[in-house]
Amino acid sequence: MTPPGTALLEVEGLRKWFPLGSGPFARLGETLKAVDDVSFRMRAGEVLGLVGESGSGKTTLGRTVLRLTEPSGGSIRFAGREITHLSRRALRPIRQKMQLVFQDPFASLNPRMTIGRILAAPLIIHRPELSGREREARVAEALALVGLSPGHAARYPHEFSGGQRQRVGIARALMLRPDFLVADEPVSALDVSIQAQVVNLLLELRERLGLAMLFITHDLAVVAHISDRIAVMYLGRLVELAPAAALFGTPRHPYTEALLAAAPVPDPARRGARILLQGDLPSPTDPPSGCAFRSRCRYAQAACAEAVPMLREVRPGHFSACIREELALGLPR
Amino acid sequence: MTAAEPVLQVDGLRVRFASDAGAVAAVNGISFALDRGETLALVGESGSGKSVTSLAVMRLLPPPPVCEVGGRISLAEAEGGVRDLLALPEEAMCRVRGDRVSMIFQEPMTSLNPVLPVGEQIAEAIRFHRAASRRVALAAATDLLERVGIPEPRKRLGSYAHHLSGGQRQRVMIAMALACNPEVLIADEPTTALDVTVQAQILELLRRLQQETGMAVIFITHNLGVVAEIADRVLVMYAGRAVEEAEVATLFRRPLMPYTAGLLASVPRLPEAGCKGREGVRFAAIPGTVPDPLALPSGCSFHPRCVHAKPGLCDSEVPDLEDAGPGHRVRCRRWRAIDGS
Repeated sequence: MTPPGTALLEVEGLRKWFPLGSGPFARLGETLKAVDDVSFRMRAGEVLGLVGESGSGKTTLGRTVLRLTEPSGGSIRFAGREITHLSRRALRPIRQKMQLVFQDPFASLNPRMTIGRILAAPLIIHRPELSGREREARVAEALALVGLSPGHAARYPHEFSGGQRQRVGIARALMLRPDFLVADEPVSALDVSIQAQVVNLLLELRERLGLAMLFITHDLAVVAHISDRIAVMYLGRLVELAPAAALFGTPRHPYTEALLAAAPVPDPARRGARILLQGDLPSPTDPPSGCAFRSRCRYAQAACAEAVPMLREVRPGHFSACIREELALGLPR
Repeated sequence: MTAAEPVLQVDGLRVRFASDAGAVAAVNGISFALDRGETLALVGESGSGKSVTSLAVMRLLPPPPVCEVGGRISLAEAEGGVRDLLALPEEAMCRVRGDRVSMIFQEPMTSLNPVLPVGEQIAEAIRFHRAASRRVALAAATDLLERVGIPEPRKRLGSYAHHLSGGQRQRVMIAMALACNPEVLIADEPTTALDVTVQAQILELLRRLQQETGMAVIFITHNLGVVAEIADRVLVMYAGRAVEEAEVATLFRRPLMPYTAGLLASVPRLPEAGCKGREGVRFAAIPGTVPDPLALPSGCSFHPRCVHAKPGLCDSEVPDLEDAGPGHRVRCRRWRAIDGS
């Protein structure tokens, strides 16, 4: 295992551009910049929350970091090793150390396989030297780790509730004892009472196993509970990156402020009086010039249209991509 | 809120679905009253029966033998008296649906007709219920689009659903539902599929429209944050039954049913400004899972997951809905003991 505190994942200028269409319907030269010039680092054992609205590119970023989607540019270093251009074969041993938990526990488990087979599959591929008995032991161990019983191995996915299926999805991601987990909206499909169980499980696993996690979600309140640092994404770019408490206490990007304001507060006494963001996310194929957020930003000036603002360190460890550094943001709460 | 007669009253609503494995009681005796201009939130997790309740009010459930509906759903008449929607012939119900009672759904993409311009879809209700000409109805549709905050409404009349963003589609759905100035609007998870910034816009829009029109709203959601934003009163449902009902402030301040308290505790909250951050705080989760409707636990359906459950008391009989204060009802044998502790 990589010792805690050392750099585990270093992402530099990462890009994923999709050409739009092909064949006779191709829109010539048009690209969708799903991920554009994204850089960040994660330490071993760290949880980085990645927040953004649908279409912001957060899922693509998660998949590109794992090289499940091939990057169009930039570099990814994992545990000190450049993996951006590794061949599939060379990538294989590294893949064991980086795993993914999917959003939809109903679609991501093969309905025709028992839970035992689903969990054993990664071992069969990556650890062929293990005997059947050893595999069974590892499956039982993983089931126990996520709060299920070894007897569940013989059952099929349809026999489980959503929360239990997500536990299976997490167990599968842990089979190869990874150092790094990308969790893509792992609780969004679950009921509130079950959502809390799964978040607690992830917190517990992180402490017990020293897992680093890229936790992708659109729910700020969930991410607040689980993350050490939080990155906010808008139209393919990171607009703010900060320790969780700093992000919520003193956001430095107007988009973060608006996201915080829009989150419903479960307290009827504090209703209303919020900053409402106008309009929808612009089309990612035709983002506004300069700062992509300026079309919805209440602080936008003429200068915002000129150049794409870079992520800059505005306070130690706190990065923001807004040219109006003087803004005093935050929420009247 | 007025002290006058409720615009809609539901009494002992029961819905049973036939299934291969036996009859499933999706709704097991729900009663509530909705005042004019009021927003009542139906809150519950999947399988609690909240959507089935709203479909029963709209009479959109399949006919027997697939589905059997019992009880009374009374809609107040302008000249006094009430009309039982469940007893209406389908033809008469068609006159009510979309005119006096209308509904918006969770997923605006699948609820809009993909091959019909949105203007025609809004105009359809006006033409049907008001016998208006196409031209008049389209003019009304333009006004409606403007009221729900769609830019360039005249141009948008000819747009198709796929031209619009998720938030705009939901605005169109709202415009359709409001076309005939309904007295009751049922909103079934109208913001669940939307991003938070757009959700905030839609909630604001619904609040404004309700103030303008005085319509009553039944707001179905599983999101207690949204409930706190929009509801006047809340009905919490669990496994087909109402387990607690109260004014929104009361419910959040003094939840009496352990399930309500558990739900409130498990809601992820944004940290207060100035707090230290994560510190590995655990959520207060409710153990276990929502019960299988085919095999409901005996007694209180929630007792297997309840930390306060007492054997012999909670697992014997279904508790009654008891009065626990003004407008506050709770279905729990032990609420007094729990409230005092």
